[in-house]
Amino acid sequence: MRAVTIRRPAAELYAFWRDVENLQRVIKDPVSIIALSADESHWKVTAPTGSVEWDSLIINDEPGALIAWRSREGADVRNAGSVRFVAAPGDEGTEVTVALEYDPLGGALGKLVAKLTGDDPGLQVYIALKRLKALLESGEIPTTEGQPVGEPQASAKGKK
Amino acid sequence: MKAAVWMGKKKMEVQTVADPSILNPRDCIVKVTATAICGSDVHLYNGLVPTLEKGDILGHEFMGEVVEVGSAVKTTRVGDRVVVPFTIACGACSHCVRTEWSCCDNTNPNAHVAEALIGYSPAGLFGFSHMSGGYAGGQAEYVRVPFADVGPIKIESDIPDEKVLFLSDVFPTGYMAAENCNIVPGRSVVAVWGCGPVGQFAIRSAFLLGAAKVIAIDSIPERRALAEKAGATAIPSGDDVMETLKAMTGGRGPDAAIDAVGMEAHGSTYDDVKQALKLETDRPFALRQAMRCVRKAGTLSVPGVYAGFLDNVPFGTVMNKGVTIRTGQTHVQRYLHPLLELVEKKKIDPACIITHRVPLSQAPEAYAMFADKTDGCIKVVLDPSR
Repeated sequence: MRAVTIRRPAAELYAFWRDVENLQRVIKDPVSIIALSADESHWKVTAPTGSVEWDSLIINDEPGALIAWRSREGADVRNAGSVRFVAAPGDEGTEVTVALEYDPLGGALGKLVAKLTGDDPGLQVYIALKRLKALLESGEIPTTEGQPVGEPQASAKGKK
Repeated sequence: MKAAVWMGKKKMEVQTVADPSILNPRDCIVKVTATAICGSDVHLYNGLVPTLEKGDILGHEFMGEVVEVGSAVKTTRVGDRVVVPFTIACGACSHCVRTEWSCCDNTNPNAHVAEALIGYSPAGLFGFSHMSGGYAGGQAEYVRVPFADVGPIKIESDIPDEKVLFLSDVFPTGYMAAENCNIVPGRSVVAVWGCGPVGQFAIRSAFLLGAAKVIAIDSIPERRALAEKAGATAIPSGDDVMETLKAMTGGRGPDAAIDAVGMEAHGSTYDDVKQALKLETDRPFALRQAMRCVRKAGTLSVPGVYAGFLDNVPFGTVMNKGVTIRTGQTHVQRYLHPLLELVEKKKIDPACIITHRVPLSQAPEAYAMFADKTDGCIKVVLDPSR
C-alpha cells in the first residue's frame, strides 16, 4: 500500500486517473497504455531486454472515490490493484492510496519483471504517485535529466 | 560554460561543461553575475554530505540576469535581475502554501532517496547532493532555475550585487535563526555559537529584532572582531564558555542559543576521531555546549547544518530544562521581500561580511582558503565572468 496526499479535489484526481492513458505521464518507466474501451486498456512496459504486456479491466468504479482493476486472462504479468481517493483533514487535499498485487511468471519473463520493478515494486508505485502529485499540484514533474554536469559523470552518461 | 565542480574530498576543479537549457515549462536560465561559497559548501567540499558525486556542480548562493524563460513562466522576464533562493519550491503544495518553503513536497526528483535516509524529503536544493535533488549549482556562468515565478526575487533598483547576493541564503538563514529565538525586545539575551557568515547575520538580525544583548562565541579573532562591530560581546570558544556566559548574564544563562556552527565544530578530539573513522557523521561540539548553556525554558535555534547521527547529545539537559528547539533549512522565499527592504533602507549592509572577491576560475584555491579559514577569510564572492 502506498499513499500520497495531493492538494487537489478528489473529483479531479479521479478524473485524471480514470482517463488511464494519462498514467503514461506519471509512470517513470517507459510504458504504453492504450484505452480499448471505457473499462479496458492495453499495457506494455518496455525495457532494453524486452517487454511485458497485458490487458487491464476496470472491475470497480466509484466516481470520485475508487477505481479497481485486474489483468485479463493471458497477461504476461497477472496483476490487480486499486486506487482510493479520500478527503484529507482540513485543507490538506485528497489522500490517494494505491494497492497493487502482481504475480510474475518464472523464467525469463519473471526476471524481466523483476528488473522492471526493482527489488521493491511498491517503490515504483510510490515514485509514480509522487510524480502525479507534482504534476497536478505544480504543473510539472521535477527533473534534472539533461542538465550540465562535470566530468567524470558527463562521459559516463554520454551527455556532456 | 565554466563551472566549479566537486571532484572528491577537498578537491574542486573549474571545468568546461555544457550550458544549461530549459528542462521544464516553469524553468528559467540565469546568467550568473555573482555567486558565493557558503559554509555548507565546505561540508560538501570535505566529503561529509552523503550522495554527492564527483562531477557535481556546486553553488547555492547566486544571482544574475534572466536570459531565457520556459513556456509556463508568467511573471519573470528575460532581462530581469534576480536573486535566487537556494531552496527550490513549487509554490503550490501545502508546505509552500503555509510558507514552509524549504519543506516543499514537489521539487526533489530523488525524494525517495531522502525518504529512505530521513523519513521524508525536504525541498530540492541547488548544488547540494543527490538526496537533495542533484540540481546543478550556481558556481557557474549559467544556471537553470526551476519555478522561475516562485523563487527568484527581482531587484528593481541599481543596488550593487554584493548588497543583495546574500538574500539567496546566509542573510535569511541568520535572520530565521534569530526569529526562531522568540526574542523579547529589550530583554532577551542571545548567545551565538559561530561567527561565520550565518552567525554574523544572526547577530545583526537578533539586534534588529530587539535583543538586549548578543554574546558571540568563536575561536577566530577576526570573526569575533566582526561580531563586535555589530555590537555583540565576543568571547573565545572553549570549555569555559558556560562560566563566562553565566558571569555575563547574572547567572541566568542566555535566553536563546543559536548554533551557527553545525556539523564541523572544532573543540572535541572525540568527534574529530569518530568523524574521521566514519563512526559519527557530525561533530556536534557547539550543539552540545549550546544545549547546556541555554537558560531554563530557553530556546535553542539551530541554523547550522547537520547531516546524520550525533553522539553524546545531552538530551536530558534539553528535557529537564524545558528547552525549545527550532531548526530547519531556511524558508528563504518567506524572507526575501522583508529583508530586501531592510537592505534598501540601509538598516543592514550584507556586504560587510565579504573578505575576498575572486574569479570563478580560482574557485579551487578559494575553497581551500575558506575551508581552512586562512588569510582572514570570512566570505568569498566569485565572479563568473573571470
